[in-house]
Amino acid sequence: MLEVRDIKKSFGTQQVLKGVGLTVEKGDVVAILGPSGSGKTTLLRCINFLEKADEGTMIFDGETFPLDRMTKKDIARLRRKTAFVFQNYNLFRNKTALQNVTEGLIVARRMSRDKANEIGRQALDKVGLSDRYDYYPSQLSGGQQQRVAIARALATDPEIIYFDEPTSALDPELTGEVLTVMRKLAAEGRTMLVVTHEIRFARDVSTKVVFMEDGRVLEAGSSDVFFANPKEERTRSFLRTLEQERAQS
Amino acid sequence: MDERLLNIIADSFWKILLPGLTVTIPLTAVSFLLALIIAIVTAMVQFANVRVLRQIARFYVWVIRGTPVLVQLFVVFYGLPRAGIMINPFPAAVLVFSINEGAYASETVRAALESIPKGQMEAGYCCGLSYLQIMRRIVLPQAMRTAFPPLSNSLIGLLKETSLAANITVTEMFMVTQRIVARTYEPLVLYIEVGFIYLVFCTILTKLQRICERKLDTYEKVQDYAADRRIGGLWKRKERSGGQR
Repeated sequence: MLEVRDIKKSFGTQQVLKGVGLTVEKGDVVAILGPSGSGKTTLLRCINFLEKADEGTMIFDGETFPLDRMTKKDIARLRRKTAFVFQNYNLFRNKTALQNVTEGLIVARRMSRDKANEIGRQALDKVGLSDRYDYYPSQLSGGQQQRVAIARALATDPEIIYFDEPTSALDPELTGEVLTVMRKLAAEGRTMLVVTHEIRFARDVSTKVVFMEDGRVLEAGSSDVFFANPKEERTRSFLRTLEQERAQS
Repeated sequence: MDERLLNIIADSFWKILLPGLTVTIPLTAVSFLLALIIAIVTAMVQFANVRVLRQIARFYVWVIRGTPVLVQLFVVFYGLPRAGIMINPFPAAVLVFSINEGAYASETVRAALESIPKGQMEAGYCCGLSYLQIMRRIVLPQAMRTAFPPLSNSLIGLLKETSLAANITVTEMFMVTQRIVARTYEPLVLYIEVGFIYLVFCTILTKLQRICERKLDTYEKVQDYAADRRIGGLWKRKERSGGQR
Protein backbone atom coordinates (compact mmCIF):
# COMPACT_ATOMS: atom_id res chain seq x y z
CA MET A 1 0.00 0.00 0.00
CA LEU A 2 2.78 2.39 0.96
CA GLU A 3 6.40 1.99 0.12
CA VAL A 4 9.21 4.47 0.47
CA ARG A 5 12.69 3.97 -0.88
CA ASP A 6 16.03 5.51 -0.22
CA ILE A 7 14.93 8.65 1.58
CA LYS A 8 17.77 11.05 2.27
CA LYS A 9 17.48 14.22 4.28
CA SER A 10 20.02 16.67 5.65
CA PHE A 11 19.65 19.61 7.95
CA GLY A 12 22.56 21.86 7.10
CA THR A 13 25.65 19.71 7.07
CA GLN A 14 24.12 16.98 9.20
CA GLN A 15 22.64 14.08 7.31
CA VAL A 16 19.70 12.80 9.36
CA LEU A 17 18.41 10.19 6.93
CA LYS A 18 20.98 8.26 4.93
CA GLY A 19 18.80 6.26 2.61
CA VAL A 20 15.84 4.82 4.45
CA GLY A 21 13.12 2.62 3.07
CA LEU A 22 10.14 0.75 4.41
CA THR A 23 6.99 -1.01 3.24
CA VAL A 24 3.53 -0.94 4.75
CA GLU A 25 0.82 -3.31 3.59
CA LYS A 26 -2.87 -2.73 4.13
CA GLY A 27 -3.80 -3.64 7.71
CA ASP A 28 -0.22 -3.48 8.93
CA VAL A 29 0.73 -1.80 12.16
CA VAL A 30 4.35 -0.86 11.64
CA ALA A 31 6.35 0.34 14.63
CA ILE A 32 9.44 2.42 13.99
CA LEU A 33 11.81 1.97 16.92
CA GLY A 34 15.23 3.34 17.65
CA PRO A 35 17.23 5.56 19.98
CA SER A 36 16.72 9.32 20.09
CA GLY A 37 18.27 11.12 17.16
CA SER A 38 18.10 8.10 14.89
CA GLY A 39 15.86 9.96 12.43
CA LYS A 40 12.51 8.26 13.14
CA THR A 41 10.50 11.42 13.42
CA THR A 42 12.20 13.04 10.45
CA LEU A 43 11.38 9.96 8.38
CA LEU A 44 7.70 10.19 9.29
CA ARG A 45 7.64 13.93 8.59
CA CYS A 46 9.23 13.36 5.19
CA ILE A 47 6.63 10.72 4.41
CA ASN A 48 3.85 13.21 5.10
CA PHE A 49 5.71 16.10 3.40
CA LEU A 50 6.08 18.17 6.56
CA GLU A 51 9.76 18.05 5.66
CA LYS A 52 10.98 17.99 2.11
CA ALA A 53 13.23 14.99 1.53
CA ASP A 54 16.40 15.60 -0.46
CA GLU A 55 16.02 12.29 -2.27
CA GLY A 56 13.67 9.35 -2.25
CA THR A 57 10.70 7.72 -3.87
CA MET A 58 7.24 6.97 -2.59
CA ILE A 59 4.83 4.42 -3.95
CA PHE A 60 1.33 5.00 -2.64
CA ASP A 61 -1.51 2.80 -3.90
CA GLY A 62 0.61 1.80 -6.87
CA GLU A 63 1.42 5.38 -7.86
CA THR A 64 5.05 6.48 -7.81
CA PHE A 65 6.12 9.90 -6.56
CA PRO A 66 9.54 11.55 -6.36
CA LEU A 67 9.80 12.86 -2.79
CA ASP A 68 12.23 15.63 -3.65
CA ARG A 69 9.97 17.26 -6.23
CA MET A 70 6.38 16.74 -5.21
CA THR A 71 3.78 19.02 -6.73
CA LYS A 72 1.45 20.88 -4.39
CA LYS A 73 -1.45 19.10 -5.99
CA ASP A 74 -0.04 15.65 -5.31
CA ILE A 75 0.79 16.56 -1.73
CA ALA A 76 -2.76 17.77 -1.17
CA ARG A 77 -4.17 14.63 -2.81
CA LEU A 78 -2.04 12.25 -0.76
CA ARG A 79 -2.74 14.10 2.47
CA ARG A 80 -6.42 13.46 1.94
CA LYS A 81 -5.74 9.75 2.11
CA THR A 82 -3.60 9.99 5.21
CA ALA A 83 -3.75 11.40 8.71
CA PHE A 84 -1.09 12.47 11.18
CA VAL A 85 -1.07 12.33 14.97
CA PHE A 86 1.56 14.60 16.52
CA GLN A 87 3.65 14.12 19.61
CA ASN A 88 2.28 17.32 21.16
CA TYR A 89 -1.27 16.83 19.81
CA ASN A 90 -1.40 20.15 17.89
CA LEU A 91 -5.12 20.52 18.34
CA PHE A 92 -6.49 23.78 16.96
CA ARG A 93 -6.58 25.81 20.14
CA ASN A 94 -9.41 28.08 19.01
CA LYS A 95 -11.72 25.16 18.21
CA THR A 96 -13.65 22.77 20.42
CA ALA A 97 -12.98 19.05 20.38
CA LEU A 98 -15.81 18.50 17.91
CA GLN A 99 -14.75 21.41 15.70
CA ASN A 100 -11.21 20.04 15.68
CA VAL A 101 -12.51 16.77 14.31
CA THR A 102 -14.90 18.29 11.77
CA GLU A 103 -12.62 21.07 10.47
CA GLY A 104 -10.96 18.88 7.86
CA LEU A 105 -14.30 17.41 6.80
CA ILE A 106 -16.15 20.69 6.40
CA VAL A 107 -13.37 22.91 5.05
CA ALA A 108 -11.12 20.56 3.12
CA ARG A 109 -13.65 17.95 2.02
CA ARG A 110 -16.67 20.24 1.70
CA MET A 111 -18.94 17.99 3.71
CA SER A 112 -22.19 19.38 5.07
CA ARG A 113 -22.00 20.54 8.67
CA ASP A 114 -24.65 18.09 9.85
CA LYS A 115 -22.98 15.09 8.33
CA ALA A 116 -19.55 16.22 9.56
CA ASN A 117 -20.89 16.67 13.09
CA GLU A 118 -22.37 13.20 12.99
CA ILE A 119 -19.07 11.67 11.89
CA GLY A 120 -17.20 13.84 14.37
CA ARG A 121 -19.36 12.70 17.28
CA GLN A 122 -18.93 9.07 16.28
CA ALA A 123 -15.15 9.52 16.14
CA LEU A 124 -15.09 11.17 19.57
CA ASP A 125 -17.33 8.43 20.96
CA LYS A 126 -14.91 5.87 19.67
CA VAL A 127 -12.00 7.37 21.60
CA GLY A 128 -14.14 7.60 24.73
CA LEU A 129 -14.83 11.34 24.73
CA SER A 130 -18.58 11.41 24.21
CA ASP A 131 -18.89 13.85 27.13
CA ARG A 132 -16.29 16.32 25.84
CA TYR A 133 -17.61 17.47 22.44
CA ASP A 134 -17.70 21.16 23.31
CA TYR A 135 -14.53 21.42 25.37
CA TYR A 136 -11.62 23.51 24.17
CA PRO A 137 -8.18 21.84 24.13
CA SER A 138 -7.09 23.98 27.09
CA GLN A 139 -9.87 22.39 29.12
CA LEU A 140 -8.72 18.83 28.39
CA SER A 141 -5.93 16.74 29.86
CA GLY A 142 -3.02 15.67 27.68
CA GLY A 143 -4.42 12.18 27.24
CA GLN A 144 -7.81 13.57 26.28
CA GLN A 145 -6.23 15.99 23.82
CA GLN A 146 -4.30 13.19 22.18
CA ARG A 147 -7.48 11.15 21.91
CA VAL A 148 -9.20 14.10 20.22
CA ALA A 149 -6.25 14.19 17.83
CA ILE A 150 -6.76 10.50 17.09
CA ALA A 151 -10.47 11.13 16.54
CA ARG A 152 -9.52 13.95 14.16
CA ALA A 153 -7.34 11.49 12.26
CA LEU A 154 -10.05 8.84 12.19
CA ALA A 155 -12.82 11.14 11.01
CA THR A 156 -11.50 11.37 7.47
CA ASP A 157 -11.31 7.57 7.25
CA PRO A 158 -7.71 7.65 5.99
CA GLU A 159 -5.96 4.74 4.33
CA ILE A 160 -3.09 5.09 6.76
CA ILE A 161 -2.53 6.96 10.01
CA TYR A 162 0.93 8.19 10.94
CA PHE A 163 1.70 8.50 14.65
CA ASP A 164 4.71 10.50 15.78
CA GLU A 165 5.54 9.37 19.33
CA PRO A 166 1.92 9.80 20.38
CA THR A 167 2.54 9.13 24.06
CA SER A 168 5.89 10.81 24.60
CA ALA A 169 4.44 14.08 25.89
CA LEU A 170 2.13 12.34 28.35
CA ASP A 171 2.42 11.43 32.01
CA PRO A 172 2.79 7.67 32.53
CA GLU A 173 -0.73 7.37 33.91
CA LEU A 174 -2.15 9.03 30.80
CA THR A 175 -0.28 7.00 28.18
CA GLY A 176 -2.49 4.00 28.94
CA GLU A 177 -5.69 5.62 27.71
CA VAL A 178 -4.06 6.61 24.42
CA LEU A 179 -2.49 3.20 23.87
CA THR A 180 -5.83 1.52 24.56
CA VAL A 181 -7.40 3.54 21.76
CA MET A 182 -4.54 2.67 19.43
CA ARG A 183 -4.89 -1.02 20.27
CA LYS A 184 -8.55 -0.81 19.39
CA LEU A 185 -7.74 0.72 16.00
CA ALA A 186 -5.15 -1.95 15.30
CA ALA A 187 -7.67 -4.66 16.15
CA GLU A 188 -10.08 -3.11 13.64
CA GLY A 189 -7.48 -3.48 10.95
CA ARG A 190 -6.45 0.18 10.60
CA THR A 191 -3.20 0.64 8.75
CA MET A 192 -0.83 2.49 11.05
CA LEU A 193 2.76 3.66 10.96
CA VAL A 194 3.89 4.45 14.47
CA VAL A 195 7.08 6.04 15.71
CA THR A 196 7.21 5.01 19.34
CA HIS A 197 9.23 4.38 22.46
CA GLU A 198 6.57 2.09 23.89
CA ILE A 199 8.29 -1.21 23.48
CA ARG A 200 5.36 -3.13 24.89
CA PHE A 201 2.95 -1.54 22.46
CA ALA A 202 5.31 -2.42 19.63
CA ARG A 203 5.59 -5.99 20.81
CA ASP A 204 1.89 -6.57 21.51
CA VAL A 205 0.26 -4.61 18.74
CA SER A 206 2.55 -4.09 15.80
CA THR A 207 2.79 -6.56 12.97
CA LYS A 208 6.11 -5.24 11.72
CA VAL A 209 9.01 -3.45 13.30
CA VAL A 210 11.55 -1.15 11.71
CA PHE A 211 14.58 -0.50 13.88
CA MET A 212 16.52 2.64 13.01
CA GLU A 213 19.83 3.96 14.14
CA ASP A 214 21.91 6.87 12.91
CA GLY A 215 19.74 7.60 9.88
CA ARG A 216 19.57 4.02 8.61
CA VAL A 217 17.31 1.03 9.02
CA LEU A 218 19.29 -1.50 11.00
CA GLU A 219 16.76 -4.26 11.11
CA ALA A 220 13.22 -4.68 9.82
CA GLY A 221 10.78 -7.53 9.82
CA SER A 222 7.79 -9.12 11.43
CA SER A 223 7.53 -8.12 15.07
CA ASP A 224 7.30 -11.70 16.35
CA VAL A 225 10.67 -12.50 14.85
CA PHE A 226 12.13 -9.13 15.81
CA PHE A 227 11.34 -9.43 19.50
CA ALA A 228 11.88 -13.17 19.87
CA ASN A 229 15.06 -13.32 17.93
CA PRO A 230 16.68 -10.01 16.96
CA LYS A 231 19.44 -10.49 14.44
CA GLU A 232 21.65 -7.53 15.11
CA GLU A 233 23.67 -7.18 18.28
CA ARG A 234 22.79 -3.44 18.39
CA THR A 235 19.09 -4.26 18.34
CA ARG A 236 19.51 -6.71 21.16
CA SER A 237 21.36 -4.20 23.33
CA PHE A 238 18.70 -1.56 22.59
CA LEU A 239 15.92 -3.90 23.66
CA ARG A 240 17.85 -4.87 26.78
CA THR A 241 18.28 -1.23 27.78
CA LEU A 242 14.59 -0.59 27.35
CA GLU A 243 13.71 -3.67 29.39
CA GLN A 244 15.98 -2.50 32.18
CA GLU A 245 14.53 0.99 32.15
CA ARG A 246 11.05 -0.41 32.36
CA ALA A 247 11.97 -2.73 35.19
CA GLN A 248 13.39 0.20 37.14
CA SER A 249 10.39 2.43 36.71
CA MET B 1 -16.11 79.81 41.36
CA ASP B 2 -18.14 82.62 39.86
CA GLU B 3 -21.33 82.13 37.98
CA ARG B 4 -19.94 83.23 34.62
CA LEU B 5 -17.34 80.49 34.68
CA LEU B 6 -19.88 77.85 35.63
CA ASN B 7 -22.08 78.98 32.78
CA ILE B 8 -19.21 78.76 30.32
CA ILE B 9 -18.39 75.24 31.49
CA ALA B 10 -22.01 74.11 31.24
CA ASP B 11 -22.64 75.82 27.89
CA SER B 12 -19.48 74.54 26.29
CA PHE B 13 -19.89 70.97 27.50
CA TRP B 14 -22.43 70.05 24.83
CA LYS B 15 -20.73 72.20 22.25
CA ILE B 16 -17.55 70.17 22.77
CA LEU B 17 -19.19 66.80 23.26
CA LEU B 18 -21.21 67.06 20.05
CA PRO B 19 -18.19 67.17 17.67
CA GLY B 20 -16.72 64.47 19.90
CA LEU B 21 -19.62 62.21 19.01
CA THR B 22 -19.97 63.27 15.40
CA VAL B 23 -16.34 63.80 14.40
CA THR B 24 -13.77 62.43 16.87
CA ILE B 25 -15.43 59.04 17.31
CA PRO B 26 -16.27 58.40 13.63
CA LEU B 27 -12.77 59.57 12.66
CA THR B 28 -11.26 57.16 15.17
CA ALA B 29 -13.53 54.26 14.27
CA VAL B 30 -13.14 54.53 10.49
CA SER B 31 -9.39 55.12 10.67
CA PHE B 32 -8.88 52.21 13.02
CA LEU B 33 -10.95 49.82 10.94
CA LEU B 34 -8.96 50.70 7.82
CA ALA B 35 -5.74 50.51 9.86
CA LEU B 36 -6.63 46.98 10.94
CA ILE B 37 -7.13 45.88 7.34
CA ILE B 38 -3.83 47.48 6.32
CA ALA B 39 -2.12 45.93 9.34
CA ILE B 40 -3.36 42.40 8.67
CA VAL B 41 -2.39 42.54 5.00
CA THR B 42 1.00 44.07 5.78
CA ALA B 43 1.68 41.52 8.51
CA MET B 44 0.53 38.60 6.35
CA VAL B 45 2.77 39.36 3.39
CA GLN B 46 5.72 39.52 5.75
CA PHE B 47 4.69 36.39 7.62
CA ALA B 48 4.18 34.45 4.41
CA ASN B 49 7.39 35.89 3.01
CA VAL B 50 5.91 37.01 -0.31
CA ARG B 51 9.04 38.27 -2.03
CA VAL B 52 8.49 41.75 -3.45
CA LEU B 53 5.45 42.59 -1.31
CA ARG B 54 7.45 41.86 1.81
CA GLN B 55 9.98 44.51 0.89
CA ILE B 56 7.26 47.02 0.11
CA ALA B 57 5.70 46.29 3.50
CA ARG B 58 9.01 46.82 5.32
CA PHE B 59 9.54 50.09 3.43
CA TYR B 60 6.06 51.30 4.31
CA VAL B 61 6.50 50.53 8.02
CA TRP B 62 9.95 52.14 7.99
CA VAL B 63 8.79 55.42 6.45
CA ILE B 64 5.58 55.79 8.43
CA ARG B 65 7.09 54.92 11.78
CA GLY B 66 10.01 57.21 11.11
CA THR B 67 8.04 60.39 10.48
CA PRO B 68 5.74 62.39 12.81
CA VAL B 69 2.05 62.01 12.23
CA LEU B 70 1.68 65.80 12.30
CA VAL B 71 4.11 66.07 9.40
CA GLN B 72 2.17 63.38 7.54
CA LEU B 73 -1.05 65.35 8.06
CA PHE B 74 0.57 68.50 6.69
CA VAL B 75 2.04 66.70 3.70
CA VAL B 76 -1.32 65.26 2.71
CA PHE B 77 -3.50 68.28 3.44
CA TYR B 78 -1.24 71.25 2.64
CA GLY B 79 1.36 69.55 0.47
CA LEU B 80 -0.53 67.33 -1.94
CA PRO B 81 -2.62 70.17 -3.44
CA ARG B 82 0.66 71.40 -4.95
CA ALA B 83 0.74 68.11 -6.84
CA GLY B 84 -2.84 68.64 -7.88
CA ILE B 85 -4.36 66.32 -5.30
CA MET B 86 -6.99 68.07 -3.20
CA ILE B 87 -8.48 66.11 -0.33
CA ASN B 88 -11.11 67.42 2.08
CA PRO B 89 -10.08 67.70 5.73
CA PHE B 90 -11.98 64.71 7.09
CA PRO B 91 -10.96 62.19 4.41
CA ALA B 92 -7.41 63.50 4.59
CA ALA B 93 -7.38 62.83 8.33
CA VAL B 94 -8.83 59.34 7.82
CA LEU B 95 -6.19 58.64 5.19
CA VAL B 96 -3.28 59.73 7.36
CA PHE B 97 -4.47 58.12 10.57
CA SER B 98 -5.29 54.78 8.98
CA ILE B 99 -1.96 54.62 7.13
CA ASN B 100 -0.10 55.73 10.23
CA GLU B 101 -1.87 53.41 12.64
CA GLY B 102 -1.71 50.56 10.11
CA ALA B 103 2.09 50.63 10.19
CA TYR B 104 2.24 50.34 13.96
CA ALA B 105 -0.56 47.78 14.20
CA SER B 106 1.05 45.63 11.49
CA GLU B 107 4.02 45.08 13.77
CA THR B 108 1.67 44.01 16.56
CA VAL B 109 -0.14 41.60 14.27
CA ARG B 110 3.12 40.26 12.84
CA ALA B 111 4.46 39.52 16.31
CA ALA B 112 1.19 37.80 17.22
CA LEU B 113 1.28 35.68 14.04
CA GLU B 114 4.82 34.62 14.81
CA SER B 115 3.83 33.62 18.34
CA ILE B 116 1.46 30.91 17.08
CA PRO B 117 3.20 27.52 17.31
CA LYS B 118 4.25 26.02 13.99
CA GLY B 119 2.34 22.87 14.90
CA GLN B 120 -0.98 24.66 14.34
CA MET B 121 -0.01 25.20 10.73
CA GLU B 122 1.25 21.62 10.30
CA ALA B 123 -1.90 20.16 11.84
CA GLY B 124 -3.91 22.25 9.40
CA TYR B 125 -1.96 20.89 6.44
CA CYS B 126 -2.39 17.34 7.69
CA CYS B 127 -6.15 17.90 7.88
CA GLY B 128 -6.07 18.84 4.21
CA LEU B 129 -6.51 22.59 4.64
CA SER B 130 -4.82 25.03 2.28
CA TYR B 131 -2.47 27.78 3.44
CA LEU B 132 -5.12 30.48 3.21
CA GLN B 133 -7.72 28.32 4.93
CA ILE B 134 -5.32 27.67 7.80
CA MET B 135 -4.49 31.37 8.08
CA ARG B 136 -8.10 32.45 8.05
CA ARG B 137 -9.58 29.79 10.30
CA ILE B 138 -6.79 28.75 12.64
CA VAL B 139 -3.80 31.08 12.81
CA LEU B 140 -5.34 34.54 12.40
CA PRO B 141 -8.10 34.04 14.99
CA GLN B 142 -5.52 32.91 17.53
CA ALA B 143 -3.15 35.71 16.60
CA MET B 144 -5.87 38.34 16.85
CA ARG B 145 -6.63 37.12 20.37
CA THR B 146 -2.99 37.64 21.27
CA ALA B 147 -2.89 41.00 19.52
CA PHE B 148 -6.11 42.23 21.11
CA PRO B 149 -4.68 43.99 24.20
CA PRO B 150 -1.93 45.88 22.35
CA LEU B 151 -4.39 46.76 19.56
CA SER B 152 -6.82 48.13 22.15
CA ASN B 153 -3.94 50.22 23.38
CA SER B 154 -3.43 51.56 19.86
CA LEU B 155 -7.12 52.36 19.54
CA ILE B 156 -7.03 54.45 22.72
CA GLY B 157 -3.89 56.15 21.47
CA LEU B 158 -5.53 56.91 18.14
CA LEU B 159 -8.62 58.41 19.78
CA LYS B 160 -6.44 61.01 21.46
CA GLU B 161 -4.24 61.47 18.41
CA THR B 162 -7.23 62.61 16.36
CA SER B 163 -6.94 65.95 18.19
CA LEU B 164 -4.05 66.64 15.81
CA ALA B 165 -6.60 66.81 12.99
CA ALA B 166 -7.45 70.28 14.31
CA ASN B 167 -4.30 71.36 12.51
CA ILE B 168 -5.81 70.51 9.15
CA THR B 169 -9.14 72.24 9.88
CA VAL B 170 -11.13 69.20 10.93
CA THR B 171 -13.69 70.55 13.40
CA GLU B 172 -13.26 67.87 15.99
CA MET B 173 -13.44 68.30 19.77
CA PHE B 174 -10.16 70.06 20.25
CA MET B 175 -10.66 72.53 17.40
CA VAL B 176 -14.10 73.44 18.79
CA THR B 177 -12.59 73.95 22.24
CA GLN B 178 -9.94 76.25 20.82
CA ARG B 179 -12.65 78.34 19.20
CA ILE B 180 -14.58 78.65 22.45
CA VAL B 181 -11.39 79.64 24.26
CA ALA B 182 -10.75 82.33 21.69
CA ARG B 183 -14.18 83.75 22.41
CA THR B 184 -14.26 83.44 26.21
CA TYR B 185 -10.58 83.70 27.22
CA GLU B 186 -10.90 80.80 29.67
CA PRO B 187 -8.16 78.41 28.53
CA LEU B 188 -7.61 76.66 31.85
CA VAL B 189 -11.11 75.32 32.53
CA LEU B 190 -11.97 74.69 28.89
CA TYR B 191 -8.84 72.70 28.06
CA ILE B 192 -9.32 70.72 31.27
CA GLU B 193 -12.90 70.17 30.22
CA VAL B 194 -12.00 68.76 26.82
CA GLY B 195 -9.32 66.65 28.48
CA PHE B 196 -11.99 65.28 30.78
CA ILE B 197 -14.20 64.31 27.83
CA TYR B 198 -11.25 62.49 26.21
CA LEU B 199 -10.75 60.73 29.52
CA VAL B 200 -14.37 59.60 29.60
CA PHE B 201 -14.13 58.27 26.03
CA CYS B 202 -10.97 56.35 26.85
CA THR B 203 -12.47 54.96 30.05
CA ILE B 204 -15.38 53.58 28.07
CA LEU B 205 -12.97 52.00 25.59
CA THR B 206 -10.98 50.43 28.43
CA LYS B 207 -14.14 48.93 29.88
CA LEU B 208 -15.15 47.62 26.45
CA GLN B 209 -11.72 46.08 26.07
CA ARG B 210 -12.10 44.22 29.34
CA ILE B 211 -15.53 42.89 28.38
CA CYS B 212 -14.31 41.74 24.97
CA GLU B 213 -11.26 40.06 26.45
CA ARG B 214 -13.42 38.07 28.79
CA LYS B 215 -15.60 37.00 25.85
CA LEU B 216 -12.54 35.99 23.85
CA ASP B 217 -11.03 34.11 26.74
CA THR B 218 -13.15 30.98 26.42
CA TYR B 219 -10.45 28.84 24.88
CA GLU B 220 -7.45 30.22 26.70
CA LYS B 221 -8.44 29.92 30.31
CA VAL B 222 -7.71 26.80 32.27
CA GLN B 223 -4.41 25.34 31.19
CA ASP B 224 -3.88 23.08 34.12
CA TYR B 225 -6.73 21.60 36.08
CA ALA B 226 -4.34 20.09 38.61
CA ALA B 227 -2.81 23.47 39.41
CA ASP B 228 -6.31 24.82 39.68
CA ARG B 229 -7.22 22.26 42.27
CA ARG B 230 -4.07 23.05 44.20
CA ILE B 231 -5.10 26.68 44.44
CA GLY B 232 -8.38 25.21 45.59
CA GLY B 233 -10.73 27.62 47.28
CA LEU B 234 -8.95 30.73 46.09
CA TRP B 235 -10.39 30.58 42.62
CA LYS B 236 -13.89 29.26 42.64
CA ARG B 237 -14.78 28.28 39.14
CA LYS B 238 -18.01 26.88 37.88
CA GLU B 239 -17.68 23.37 36.59
CA ARG B 240 -17.17 23.35 32.84
CA SER B 241 -17.39 27.16 32.55
CA GLY B 242 -13.77 27.61 31.60
CA GLY B 243 -14.37 31.30 31.10
CA GLN B 244 -17.22 33.09 32.78
CA ARG B 245 -16.58 33.87 36.36
